Amino acid sequence: MTDPPRTSLGNSVRNTDGSKGIRGPRRKALSERRARAFWTHSRKESIAAFLFILPDSIGLLIFVAVPMLLSLSLGFFSVDGFGGYKFVGLANYNRMFHDVLFLKSLWVTILYVLILVPGLYVSGLGLALLVRQKIPFIGVWRSLFFMPYVVSLVVIGLIWQVMLIDRIGFINQMLELVHLPSRSWLGDPSLALGAILFVTIWFLMGYYMIIFLSGLQEIPREYYEAARIDGASAWAMFTKITLPLLQPTSFFVLLVSTVSAVSGSQAFDLVYVMTKGGPANSTALAVFYIYQQAFQFNNYGYAAAMASSLVIVLMAITIALFMATRGGRFHLT
Amino acid sequence: MRGPNSSELRMSRIALFLSTAVLSILTAAPLVWMLSAAFKPPDEIFNSSLIPKHPTLENFSYVFTQLPFTRYILNTFFVAGTITVVALFFHSMAGYAFARLKFPGRDLIFLSIFATFLVSLPVIIVPLFILVRRLGMVNNYAGLIIPAIFNAFGIFLLRQFYLGIPGELQEAAIIDGASYWSIYWNIMLPLSRPILSALAVFFFLVNWNSFLWPLTITTNQDLWVVQVAIASFHSQYSAAWNYIMAASAVVALPTLILFFFFQRQLVESIKTSGIK
Repeated sequence: MTDPPRTSLGNSVRNTDGSKGIRGPRRKALSERRARAFWTHSRKESIAAFLFILPDSIGLLIFVAVPMLLSLSLGFFSVDGFGGYKFVGLANYNRMFHDVLFLKSLWVTILYVLILVPGLYVSGLGLALLVRQKIPFIGVWRSLFFMPYVVSLVVIGLIWQVMLIDRIGFINQMLELVHLPSRSWLGDPSLALGAILFVTIWFLMGYYMIIFLSGLQEIPREYYEAARIDGASAWAMFTKITLPLLQPTSFFVLLVSTVSAVSGSQAFDLVYVMTKGGPANSTALAVFYIYQQAFQFNNYGYAAAMASSLVIVLMAITIALFMATRGGRFHLT
Repeated sequence: MRGPNSSELRMSRIALFLSTAVLSILTAAPLVWMLSAAFKPPDEIFNSSLIPKHPTLENFSYVFTQLPFTRYILNTFFVAGTITVVALFFHSMAGYAFARLKFPGRDLIFLSIFATFLVSLPVIIVPLFILVRRLGMVNNYAGLIIPAIFNAFGIFLLRQFYLGIPGELQEAAIIDGASYWSIYWNIMLPLSRPILSALAVFFFLVNWNSFLWPLTITTNQDLWVVQVAIASFHSQYSAAWNYIMAASAVVALPTLILFFFFQRQLVESIKTSGIK
């Protein structure tokens, strides 16, 4: 961004502000006038500001904040498909702790998060380090890595479902070509979550590559040059320069990827298209099971009770990361 | 470094080049596979060759003649376009106020808006649906559009941008007797054209691709957006992969076109989203 030129008017303001030469009653009158001008000016400014933020504030209040609060209270009610409410106390929460399928969905979510977050970190950073090198056509390679991210997850899910079809799917044909056993990737309970995770990482790694690239660009080149003169190995430069100086970016990536993994931002669409939670509930993440309870079985109150447990987990993660970064400052030093 | 080392160095550069090229081509391969399948007759879908032996347009003509796919596409253009325009308008107003105007409670309000940054749709979808149903927005365009307008991400990015504009510009305009609205409209908006176009591409893409909310809020087929259409098309004709891939290609095409033409803007808006 270029700096717009300073206007002469801007400078003349400075001059009137700095006028110290006037004395006596005139000075008092002037300062009163200025105070009044300041007061009406700032009140006008406040009113203007409130009007400017009004549309977004109301919208966020109704469509984000209120649902958020509702999700914490709706769990105490039984809500039917027509909007009738009945207070049921802790019944939904009681049911939750005895619902084997919900507990299983929590376990699937934990597995998903524990594999996805490190997977995205390593693949995103790895790709960023790779495409930072000076190689011919680097722009093309970067674009190709990023390309899956612009396609919708529904389409992504459909493509991979066809490619992963038993026996005759593209992937299984390729495996047979190199004499590896063909597998039922989406039909085997021990493989399906892995397949969803693979597709999620493939989809998102280009996005995190870009985030890491912009983080890497902030590290001064001189550090590497100095280290090279000292004869440091590539590994030493990575652990002693790159990783420590990349800390702000790393925190951002960990926060965003953890929150989006827990809340199933990508997983929901993929699971809906590819497995519908199966086989044997092995891909039914908590958000998916909650959605089914609400919109297939009309158990809105129960679904809200389960969702509120996720809200609490997300809040805990956010607060923990916030405290670890001292209020969102991603620089540790 | 010369002598034996330099040829070793060259070998490692070639290896680096080849591995990057192969890896990135493999990454994009499934998308190419989809395009090729869209042109294949049904008996060739599971033929592992990427080039169709008997390429056909029959899949596309089926999608457009046997299904109201044109309607779904127009719906999606209307919904995603409206959300993008209105959201950018509201977010730039709010971003400008948070960056450049002083008012009581500014930091607190901004912090509470920022706190909604991490609330994602799948987590609040049940109460949100109940609320939106109460407001009478099930199965109409209002329900598809209005709740999708509001997000903290856009406000945050635009505020960051307006913080970078020198304050003298506004002071000068105030001395000239300009109202805050005319400062926003005549000075700030024209200055923010680059970031607004970057965000417009990003918002349109996100909303074109959005699935969960349209799926939840519409049961009336006339209101379907493309993502809901292909997902339900898939559950009806689960074996007609050639049609499904053709429909998928049609749905993916606008996003890929946006990507090819506005890649720089897209990458820019992702980069700035990384908190520094």
